Parts: sequence; structure tokens; C-alpha cells
Amino acid sequence: MTSPILRDQAGFVVELEKFSGPLDLLLHLIREDEVDITDLPIAKIADQFLAVINELGLNQAADYLEMAARLLRIKAQLLLPRHLGDDEWEDPRAELVRRLLEYQQIRELVDWLGRAAELRAERFGRGYEAPPADAPPAPLQIDLNDLLAAAERVIALIPEPMLHRVVPRPLDVEGATERITSLLSEREEFGWLDIVGPQSSIVDVLSAFIALLELAKRSVLTLAQPEPFGPMVIKRATAREAA
Amino acid sequence: MQPLAKLLEAALFAASRPLTLDELASLEPEAGEAAVRAALAALQSAYGDEHGVELAEIAEGWQFLTRREYAETIERAQFALRPRRLSPAALETLAIIAYRQPVGRLEVDEIRGVDSGAVMDKLVERGLIEVVTRGEGLGRPLLYGTTPPFLEILGLKDLEDLPRLEELSVALRRPTPVDEPE
Repeated sequence: MTSPILRDQAGFVVELEKFSGPLDLLLHLIREDEVDITDLPIAKIADQFLAVINELGLNQAADYLEMAARLLRIKAQLLLPRHLGDDEWEDPRAELVRRLLEYQQIRELVDWLGRAAELRAERFGRGYEAPPADAPPAPLQIDLNDLLAAAERVIALIPEPMLHRVVPRPLDVEGATERITSLLSEREEFGWLDIVGPQSSIVDVLSAFIALLELAKRSVLTLAQPEPFGPMVIKRATAREAA
Repeated sequence: MQPLAKLLEAALFAASRPLTLDELASLEPEAGEAAVRAALAALQSAYGDEHGVELAEIAEGWQFLTRREYAETIERAQFALRPRRLSPAALETLAIIAYRQPVGRLEVDEIRGVDSGAVMDKLVERGLIEVVTRGEGLGRPLLYGTTPPFLEILGLKDLEDLPRLEELSVALRRPTPVDEPE
């Protein structure tokens, strides 16, 4: 947009921000000229409209251009009005006049609403804002030292972690599954060490782990780890959870 | 003051928004609506002239608001800030939606003579209007209506509080079908 204030040779001042659209500008011109809105002097208003949007640089704006085109079309149609029948002639201005009257009413409502909002703004309510409901849980906080300590504990459980050697023995998942199932029939809840014992080989650890995951998948048991890297708690699944 | 009136006073004090009659009645289900109404009336008159705040009927509910005469002093001290003023474009759009709801974007554009998409998006964002249904026409357009916060920022009790169109100085004919056939 260009300069906010325009002063033309006739001396009237137009403030650009005042116009919220082409209808607003038209109403302004009509009021300036003090003409009857229902008997609009189209030729005169159309010329003024074009002059103003030219000066304001609004002739780039589609809404204003469309209105300019409409005004020119009405101006042309006035020269050759259409016959509606009997003694009636169509007034090409009718639609524009209807829209202007309607818009004028909206402007009046805008004044009313603006005043109402102003009055309301002079009365303050309480400022307390409730915290947002259902905030997501805080992200897991892990320290590098915690992680290293946990890794050390796991490695310490394996007597000789010879990770570089291919393990010749196949995993004994069936055996581990049997062991876990028998533990389950005895106790409702037990820990990881109850399955593998303190001195287990890496093969035992892996077998037991896969067996546990498989049984959890089949909803025979539930796995829980109350704290990061803490000991695992294995629980017999209740009937409802199994369902 | 009656215990019920005191309870309502506490709830209205604690809330940062207007509370509806239903919400207030839910505090004491045995009391019944009539008793709540009576207690509200008692509360309102108790806050008559003797206090810096008043009990206002607003946005289909009730809320304690500071009295108008203290606005400037409170604001100068920056204890509370007035909400930002709505732009003329926003007010125009709100006026059209308030009186024509449920109304689609096209009709708002047509009445204002400018594209209103951005303004309407902002109003939706501020919670002053919302999509209430879909229209019958081509593409089943979204139709918008005003919300309780709309009444709240204007200090209106309900939509009936808006001026009647007959009371305006310019009479408006009922909406006619858009554009004459050519």
C-alpha cells in the first residue's frame, strides 16, 4: 500500500486504513457527495471511484478492480436499459444499491459491536488460567553415568563375555520357556535372576530373554521395569489381561 | 448471606470465565435451579454499590467483573491489560456472522465485497467463531456461527442482546438469491 493519506485537488482527505473494501470506499464517496444511495449517480461515482483507486494504488487490488469493472458495466447498461414487461424497466443499479444498503447496515453494526467491546474491555475478570489438561508425561531423563553403570551391571552378570567368538551352541529357547512356565506355576511374580541364575552364560541369557518376549507376546506373563535399567519384574498375566 | 450464595460466590471468584446456570447448579445438585437463581440475585444485590467488583450476567453465564470506573487506574498500574481491539475487518466479519449464522465464507465475501478468508481464519483461531455445520449447496460449504467467547468479549448476555435490525437506522431487506440470472 502507498501513502496513508491522500489529498486531491478538491481538498478532501482520504485515509487508506479507513477502507475495509471497495464497498466501504463507495459509501465514503456517496457520503462525501451527499447523494441519494437509492438513486445513485453512477457516472459520477464511477469516475470518482476510478480516480481514487488510481491515486491510492488500489488499482492493483483485485477487489477494487472488480468493483471498478462492475461500475463501468452498470454505467454502460444505463444507456440501454432492458425492458422487464409492461411499463417496467430494469434498473441496472438495483443489485449494487441493495449491496450498498446491506453493507451500510453492517457498518452500523460494526460501530455498535466496537462500542460494546470497548465497554466490556473496561471491566476486568479474574486472570487465573487453569493449567492445560492432560499434559503429556515428561520425557525419560537418562544420565550418561546411569547408562554406563547399567551396562557394567549387565556385563558383570556374564562371566566371560567372549563376544568376538561365534557361539557354537544353538539357543535353548524351549528349555528356557519350560523353566519360566514352571516358575510361573509356582509364583505369581519373580525376577530375572530367578530364571537365569547369577552365573549364566550369554547363551542362557539370550535364550531366556527370547523365551520371555515370546511368552509376553502370548500374554502368558507381563514384563515390567519400574525404573530405567532397573531389575526386570516378571508377573503372571491375570485372566483379564490374557483375554 | 445464605450458605448457597456463599458457595456460588466462591466458585465465581475461583473461575476465570463466566459460569453458566447449569454449571453453578451442579455445585449443589439438591438445591435446585430456582434456589440457585435466588442466590445469584441475592449475591448480585449484595455486590450492588458497596464493592469494587460486580456480578455481571455475561455470555449465558455469570462472572465477577471489576467496575468500569477503575479501568483506567488499574490499567495504568499495569495490574491488568485491556484485550487488543478488534480490527474493523474483524468486526465487519463478526457482525455478518452474528446476524446471518450459520453462514458460509462466500456469503461473507459477497456482503463485504472483499475476500474474508484470512480474517475468518483468525477469528476461528481466537475462538470467536466456529464451524457449526455444512451447507446444502455445491461442495457442502462449511457454515460458521459465533461462540460463547464472542458474547464474552462484547459483554453480551446472549445473542438476543444484539440490536434488532429494525432498530438500526438503515433498513435491510432480507437476503435475496445472489446475482440476477443473465
